[in-house]
Order: sequence, then C-alpha cells, then structure tokens
Amino acid sequence: MAKLSGLQKQVLSLYRAFLRAARTKSVEDRQQMESIVAAEFRRNAKQIDRKNFIYIEYLLRRGNKQLDQLKSPATVRLSTLDPNPEP
Amino acid sequence: MATGILRRVLSRVSASSPSRFVRIRAHASEAEAQQVEQKATASSNLKTFAIYRWNPDSPSKPELQEYKIDLKECGPMVLDALIKIKNEIDPSLTFRRSCREGICGSCAMNIDGCNGLACLTKIPSGDSSTITPLPHMFVIKDLVVDMTNFYNQYKSIEPWLKRKSEPPVPGKEILQSKKDRAKLDGMYECILCACCSTSCPSYWWNPESYLGPAALLHANRWISDSRDEYTKERLEAINDEFKLYRCHTILNCARACPKGLNPGKQIQHIKSLQLLG
Repeated sequence: MAKLSGLQKQVLSLYRAFLRAARTKSVEDRQQMESIVAAEFRRNAKQIDRKNFIYIEYLLRRGNKQLDQLKSPATVRLSTLDPNPEP
Repeated sequence: MATGILRRVLSRVSASSPSRFVRIRAHASEAEAQQVEQKATASSNLKTFAIYRWNPDSPSKPELQEYKIDLKECGPMVLDALIKIKNEIDPSLTFRRSCREGICGSCAMNIDGCNGLACLTKIPSGDSSTITPLPHMFVIKDLVVDMTNFYNQYKSIEPWLKRKSEPPVPGKEILQSKKDRAKLDGMYECILCACCSTSCPSYWWNPESYLGPAALLHANRWISDSRDEYTKERLEAINDEFKLYRCHTILNCARACPKGLNPGKQIQHIKSLQLLG
C-alpha cells in the first residue's frame, strides 16, 4: 500500500475512533452506528475532491466534535436525516 | 365717497394679497423640493463591503464577496449594515448576532483588520471596508467561527467559586467588603467575545497550549476574589511555561477589547503573584 499522507491518516484514525466508540454501546445500536458511520465515510470519500483540503479539514473537525458526543455514555443512538430524499 | 374708495382699496388689497402670498409659497415649496432632490442625489452614500464567504455545503475556496449599500438608509453600526445586507441583498450571509448592544459578545469579527464587536463598531468612513471572521480561528460558515477551543480553555480555569470552609452564616451569601469588590472591576465586565485572544500573536502560534488573554483574565478574576479559597491551587494550575508564560505583553488584547478592559495588566498581576508565592 502506498504511503499515506497526514490527512489520510487523520481520516482513518477518526474512522477507527468512531468504530471504537460504537463498541461501547449495545449490540443492536452498535451495528446501526457502524453502518451509518461507514456510509458517511464512503460517501464523502467518493464525492469530495481529494485536493479540497479546506473542506476535508472542516469535516475532520466536525467529525471529531461528533465523536466527542458519541463517546458520552448518555448517547445511546445515532440517526441520520437525508436533506434531499430521492422521490 | 371717501369711505367708498377706502373700501374699494381695501377689497383690492385683500383680493390681491392672498394670491401673491400663494404664489410666493408655491415658489418656496418648489425650491424646497429641488433642495431635497439635490440632497438625495448628493448624499446617497454608497459604500462597498467586502465580506468573507465560505459555505461548507458547496465546497470551494473562500472568497471576498462585495456588497454595495446606501449608508443613508442604514443604521450607524457595522452590524446594521450586515443585517441590511442579509435582509435586502443576500439572505445566505451568515453571522452570529444577538443583543446588538455589546453585552452578548456574539458578533465579534474582524473589521478592516481590527477585531471588534460589529454592534459597537461604527461603519468606518471611506469607500470600502473588509469584514472577515476572527483571525486564526476555524471557520464554520462565512463569519461564524468554531469557539470550542476557546470555551474549553475558559472551562479549564474552573470559573466558579471554590471554598474549603463553610460560609460564615449557613445558607446565606458570603459577604465581601467594598474594597474587595473593587478588585474585581476591570475583570467581571468581560463578555468572552474572543476579540482579545484572537488578536494575540502568541495565541495564534499556540492556540492549544497557551490559554490566551481572555481565559487568563478570568483566571485572575477568581484568584483576586476575596471569597475564593483556592487561590494557591489556581495559581499552581496555570504556573506553566505555555499556559501563562506565552504572554509576552504584546498588548494587542488591550487594543482589541471592545469593553475597554486590559487583559495584559491582569496577566501581569498573575505573574507578579507567581513570583511572590
């Protein structure tokens, strides 16, 4: 595998941290969380231009904030909202 | 006869004078109207605002967008101009605002290179002004910045009253002499708008490790409080090469503060206590 850039490493470690955080939740919620997180990462990996550093860094900061919220024991579930639902 | 003539003269005068009077007034109002028109054309005072725009939903490079507004139809403050632009030209322009009188600290931004509250800053004279978010802060959208780190630093100095002993009268307030209360003047007014911290070059280079003028001012507010009994612990907690001693008394903080406080002076007070203690 090619050597990863710093930004790529940050994205991967964020993904890993999300999966780890999901492990602290119940089995059922964990699966749901993992699928949402995976879908979000894959969607952005596909859509975003890999040279759009400003936007990737913005998403990293947003992701870290969401991770902090997910880590809290008070958080039990994740849910998503599609702003542009397909008809 | 004589009375007849007199009456005729009188009637003539009375008949003619109103018409003359009316004519004069008509002239006057015409002239006034002309003046008003001249005023309107001469003083429709257009000013260009170049405002920093970046929207995470349509990811592209940040840019300065220009808006022209007539200052004659706008309030005196920069915030009035921003609200006018948002209302009338571009509703997608995003900025924080709340009280519009300098007590909430929401509308801190960089106006023509100087940090300040938009609601307390008069629209600068001149043809154009540049408005950007607070420098060296992560932008969430347009003029809205991420204040998480700033608030966490404020939290880290434990900004609440901490006591070791019971209050002198149980269930009552802990009283303070007027002299002790006066020590808090120049600190309690801080509204945490982040104008000072984001104007500090030291804070730009070490935003994670250096607490910044705002947090240190609040640290000193609790260190100086006569009712607080954790003064020593507080001093020890910030006695750190980075947390406290990254302040090199550049004093941009005092220049930027929209409330006219001097965080640099308060940091100096902490430093002198560290030397004594």
